[in-house]
Amino acid sequence: MPPSKMPADTLRNWSNTGLARRLGAPRIPVLRRYSPGQPLLEGGPALVAAVGDGRFAKPIAALVAEHGATVVTETGDEKLAAVVLDLTEIATLSELAEAQRILTPAVRKLAPSGRLLLLGPVSGDGRHGDHRHSQGNAEAVAVAQALDGLVRSVAKELRAGATANMVVVDVDTTPAAVESTVRFLLSARSAYVDGQVVHVGAAEPAGVADPQRPLAGRVAVVTGAARGIGAAIADTLARDGATIVAVDVPAAGEGLAAVANRTGGTALQLDITASDAASRLLAFVEERFGRVDLVVHNAGITRDKLLANMDAERWDAVLAVNLGAQLTINEALLAAPDLLGPDARVVCVSSQTGIAGNRGQTNYAASKAGIIGMVRALAPRFAEHGATINAVAPGFIETEMTARMPLGTREAGRRVNSLRQGGLPVDVAETIGWLGQASSGAVNGQVVRVCGQSMLGA
Amino acid sequence: MPARRAAVIGGNRIPFARANRRYARASNLDMLTATLDGLVARFGLSGERLGEVVAGAVLKHSRDFNLTREAVLGSRLSPATPAYDIQQACGTGLEATIAVANKIALGQVESGVAGGVDTASDAPIAVNEDLRKVLVALNSARSLGDRVKLVGKLRPGQIVPEIPRNAEPRTGLSMGEHAAVTAKEWGIGRTEQDELAAASHRNLAAAYERGFFDDLVTPYLGLTRDDNLRPDSSVETLAKLKPVFGRGDDATMTAGNSTPLTDGAALVLLGSDEWAAEHRLPVLAHVVDAETAAVDYVHGRDGLLTAPVFAVPRLLERVGMSLQDFDFYEIHEAFASTVLATLKAWEDPAFAKERLGLDAPLGAIDRSRLNVTGSSLAAGHPFAATGGRIVATLAKLLHEKGPGSRGLISICAAGGQGVVAILEGA
Repeated sequence: MPPSKMPADTLRNWSNTGLARRLGAPRIPVLRRYSPGQPLLEGGPALVAAVGDGRFAKPIAALVAEHGATVVTETGDEKLAAVVLDLTEIATLSELAEAQRILTPAVRKLAPSGRLLLLGPVSGDGRHGDHRHSQGNAEAVAVAQALDGLVRSVAKELRAGATANMVVVDVDTTPAAVESTVRFLLSARSAYVDGQVVHVGAAEPAGVADPQRPLAGRVAVVTGAARGIGAAIADTLARDGATIVAVDVPAAGEGLAAVANRTGGTALQLDITASDAASRLLAFVEERFGRVDLVVHNAGITRDKLLANMDAERWDAVLAVNLGAQLTINEALLAAPDLLGPDARVVCVSSQTGIAGNRGQTNYAASKAGIIGMVRALAPRFAEHGATINAVAPGFIETEMTARMPLGTREAGRRVNSLRQGGLPVDVAETIGWLGQASSGAVNGQVVRVCGQSMLGA
Repeated sequence: MPARRAAVIGGNRIPFARANRRYARASNLDMLTATLDGLVARFGLSGERLGEVVAGAVLKHSRDFNLTREAVLGSRLSPATPAYDIQQACGTGLEATIAVANKIALGQVESGVAGGVDTASDAPIAVNEDLRKVLVALNSARSLGDRVKLVGKLRPGQIVPEIPRNAEPRTGLSMGEHAAVTAKEWGIGRTEQDELAAASHRNLAAAYERGFFDDLVTPYLGLTRDDNLRPDSSVETLAKLKPVFGRGDDATMTAGNSTPLTDGAALVLLGSDEWAAEHRLPVLAHVVDAETAAVDYVHGRDGLLTAPVFAVPRLLERVGMSLQDFDFYEIHEAFASTVLATLKAWEDPAFAKERLGLDAPLGAIDRSRLNVTGSSLAAGHPFAATGGRIVATLAKLLHEKGPGSRGLISICAAGGQGVVAILEGA
C-alpha cells in the first residue's frame, strides 16, 4: 500500500480519549474494516431468524456457521455480532409487528460494528401477479414498503459503527443468489455501506471457490487507477485475486506504473475520451488476456463552476470523461460479447452528488446522475450475456482531494452521516469487489451508496 | 542468418529533459530504475525473471560500476534477473539491443531488456588528478615518514576538480567542432540544417498529438513530454540563431540544429517469438541484422561522426538489400549536419568508388520516410538512451505499417564509431 496522504480525523481520535468520554462528548466510532483472514463476524453470536416461512433464514444460518460464527435464534444476554431477519414472506401488519418484537431486543444487544440485515420482499411492482405482494394486495405492498422506512430509520439509530441494510428479493430469488451479497453486508468489507436497500434478482450465479480470494483468476480493468480511489480499487481487487489492468491518462503514467507494479498488474496509458479509446482498450485486453471479467469505470474529473458561469469547455470535459467514455466503452463491450468473460461485471462509479446535487457542480452532478440512468438502461442488455452492470455512489470519502478542503467544509462533510465520519477509498473498493464477483450475478442495475447513510440526497 | 530472430516487443522511456532542468537532481540509477519499472508495468512483468538486462551510461560515476544490475535490484523485476553494463558512447543503447538480440537469436536467453541512460546534470565530477595521485600513494604508504612527506605534496591548486568534457581525448575538439569540419567538407548549408531541425520538432509534436507515444513513454518527476520539444519551431525562428560551432562567416551549426545536453533513459523489451506468445505479448518487429563500424578520425580523412556511412553499405551487402528498400529511416540527429552529410556521402559517386569500394553510390532516400516521428534534435539526446528510443519507435512504426515492412537505424558515436541495424515489421 502507498504512503497515505489522507487527513487524520482528529475529532474522531479525540472523541475516543478518556477526557472526551468524561466530558460526555459523543463518541465517533472506529469502524471495523476487512483484512485478509479475518473472521466474517466478531464480538458475539449472530441472531438469524425469520417471520413466517422465509426460505433464506436457514441457508444464511448455515453460511454464517460455515464462517465460524455461532448462530442463535433468540436474543439472550450476549452481545450480537449480527442480526439477520428474513421478512421475505411477510404481508400483514401483524407480521410486521412480529418483526418489531424480534428486532427491539436484538438491536439493544448489537455489538460495536455489528450488522443488522433485513431480507424483504421486493415491493409491489406488478411483476409477480400471482404473488402476495402484487399490486392487488395493498396491505402486503404497504408492509413491504414499510420495511424500507424501518431499515433506514434503525440505521440512523445504531451506534458504535453498527450498520443496517436490507436485501430485497423476487419471488424466484434463491438463497444461493443472495449469498455473496449477504456475505458482503455482514462482513467488515461493508464498513461504510449503511441504510442501503439492494435488490437481488433471480439469476443463478456462479459459486465462490475461495471466499478469501473471491476474484481469483478474474481480469479487471480499472480506469483512473493512478491515484486516489482508483488506486485503492486496484489494490483491493488485486488483494482479492484479480489481475489488474490499470488505466489512466498518459500524463498520469508515473503513478499508474507504480499501481500496476505493486498489484502485479499491467499499466495502460490511455485517454478514455480519445475517439479510438474503446477499441484500443478492448484490443489491449484481448491481446494480453483474451477476455475481461470486470470493468470498473472509475475515471472522473471535476471542473466546478456555477451554472450561470459555466463555459462549454468545462461542461464538455466533465461529461466526456465521466459519462461519455463509459457509454462508449460499454457499447463496445456489448458489441464484443466474446471478449466478456462468462460472468462479466461492469461497475460504474457514480457519486452522492449525482443523487443529491451540489452547488457549483451541475456538470459533475449531471454526469454522475447520468451514470445511474445508464446503469439501469444497460442492465438488461448485459444480463443477456450473463453479465451485470451496477453503480456505486461514494459519499464523503477521505482522499487527497478532501484533504485540500477548508477545515469547516471538510468537518461538515464528514459528520452529516449516520457513522459521523468520512469513508475511506477502500470502502468504495470493497463494494466494487463484491459487485465484481462472479457470484454476484443476481445483483444487476443497482446503485449502492457508500456514504455511511449520508443525509444528503437520502 | 541466425536460426531465429529476436522480437522487439515494445519499449519504455521517460521524457527527455534538458540538462539542469527537471531531472537536475535525478541520478542515472534513479532514471534507469524508473524506466525499467515503467517497462515492467507496461508489459505486466512484475516479479518476472528475464534472461538479462543490458544497459549503460556514457557519463558515469565510479560508484555506478554495476549500474544496470543495481537498477534491476531496485525495480519490480525478479532479483534473479542478471544484468551487465556496456558503453559505446552514443551507440550504447543500440549496441545493447544488438547484444541482447544476438543472445536471443542464439537461444541463450528467451527474453531481455536493452537500452541506456545518461545525465548531463548529475555529472561525475572527480577529484583533481594530482590530488588523486597523492591520495593513492598516501593510502599505500607504510611509514609515518612517508606519509608526512606525501602530505607535504598537497597543494591548494589540487582542489580544482576533474570535470568531464564534451571533447574527444585525442583531438581536443568538441563533438560539435568535429561535426562542423564534416559539414564544411560536404558543403552542408545552414537552411537545410534548419529545415531538418524544424521537421524534427514538427514530427515529434505530431506524434505526441496522435497518441503515438502513449505506450512508449512514461512520465517522470512530473515531466510528461520531452522539454526540448518546440512544436512551433520553424525555419524562420531557427534562422535567427547564431552559429556556435565552426568558425567564420560560413559557420552553420547553431544551438537549434544541434542536440542539447539532455537527461533521460530508454529501454527496449526483446524476446523470442515463443516467449512473447507465452506471455501474450505483441511482437512489433524483428531484429534482422546489425553492423558496427569505426573510422580513423584522428589521423585519417574521415569525420568523427561518419562511421555509419561505412557501416550501412557493409550491412546492406550482407543482407542483400539496397538503401531504397526501407519504409522508414531512423538516422540519429546528433547534429542536423551529421544526418545531411551522411545522406550526401551515400549519394556521392566518387566517395562510393574511392572510399566505399562500390561501383555506384547507395543513392538518395525518400526523405519523407526519414525520422517521421522526430528524432534527437527535437527529443533531445541523453547519449546512451538514444538507441533505445529509436529501436522502440521504429519497431512501433513498422508494426503500424505491417508485416514485412523494413526500417534502417543509423547512430553515430564518439570515438569515430557508428552502429547501424535493420528491423523488419511483424
